[in-house]
Amino acid sequence: MNPTPASTQAPARASVPAAPPGAALALGDDALVLSHRLGEWAGHAPVLEEEVALANIALDLLGQARFLLSLVGDEDELAYLREERAFRNVQLVEQPNGDFAHTIARQLYFSTYQELLYGQLTAGDGPFAPLAAKAVKEVAYHRDHAEHWTLRLGDGTEESHRRMQTALDALWRFTGELFDPLDRLDVDVSALRDGWLALITRTVGQATLTLPTGPQSGAWTAGAGRQGIHTEPFGRMLAEMQHLHRSHPGATW
Amino acid sequence: MVTVPTPDLTALEQRLLELAGAVPDPELPVLTLAELGVLRGLQLTGPGRVEVELTPTYTGCPAIEAMSADIERVLHGQGIPEVEVRTVLAPAWSTDDITAEGRRKLAEFGVAPPRVTGPDGPVPVALGIRCPHCGSTDTTLLSRFSSTACKALRRCEACREPFDHFKEL
Repeated sequence: MNPTPASTQAPARASVPAAPPGAALALGDDALVLSHRLGEWAGHAPVLEEEVALANIALDLLGQARFLLSLVGDEDELAYLREERAFRNVQLVEQPNGDFAHTIARQLYFSTYQELLYGQLTAGDGPFAPLAAKAVKEVAYHRDHAEHWTLRLGDGTEESHRRMQTALDALWRFTGELFDPLDRLDVDVSALRDGWLALITRTVGQATLTLPTGPQSGAWTAGAGRQGIHTEPFGRMLAEMQHLHRSHPGATW
Repeated sequence: MVTVPTPDLTALEQRLLELAGAVPDPELPVLTLAELGVLRGLQLTGPGRVEVELTPTYTGCPAIEAMSADIERVLHGQGIPEVEVRTVLAPAWSTDDITAEGRRKLAEFGVAPPRVTGPDGPVPVALGIRCPHCGSTDTTLLSRFSSTACKALRRCEACREPFDHFKEL
């Protein structure tokens, strides 16, 4: 990995210690991959307002990804020229959009985690503090959006309730990985996990839904996204995301 | 009006800063960059060489690239051949950085300006958002996200007009 920040971004200030590249890559990949998944809703969202909302959330995440990946190397090379095994995102964010309830469940699980994580990173003057201080306020809107939809779908019709419960259950086994410690990232993981569980439990209960009870990681998995082991749909997503750049190197608008 | 806290500017730097600050925002052209509060500083780093510090409203705001290009163009026009616009994140931009004149222009443009949040703590929920068309505070949220990341879509219950609200950040 190239430790030099991309030339035009120059995000790190001289007084700030260098970011641990493993953690920057992991958090940057989370943001990049989820941004791309949300972008897949463009043209397909159930209503226009949601089309705009999901695209806006995707844009915020893309901005975070650009900053984080630029701490590690060239953002475009990292996004477009790495193979699947080199990505360090959690498996949760690469899961396909599914129906709208699946997308909302994924947003609820991830944005709740990300808000708490950035909240911790804001403290002190670490290398992620400037981004975290900025992004935590954006992510609060993402979490708020996901909570409102969880309430509407869970406490809505029989059909919306059933779908929201199915989605929460289906994605539950990917949530354990969110709390794997990252190398040299100064985060209190147990506080993160407890805070996350308390918030999710509250929202799920208010939405008249049931907190999933299964294990938070699949016993069958060969490894986790943080180790570069990904689920089968991720390869297809990457192929679509990277094909233009790989087919036409250096192409610009 | 430029409010960047850089006391030791030379006369030339001050003039260039005012010119850069007068560049209109690419998405809300009624506002200048100085009124939006995104211009953080300007420094002559050598003969014909200027460094400008710009901060984004939202991390992923695509307008930052247009802003940089516009600043470069304006300063090139002043005979500065080398202009480097640097993006800085800290301290994070807040809607409190929008000047009073900027808020007035937003409302005039039909966008409800952000409420002042103060140094800590969120906006009191009870504080209503005023319809920029008729002035009523009886407005409801239609969508948390609107035409750009920084705005929400609301409707006025008095005059029934929908309008954008610049979200507090």
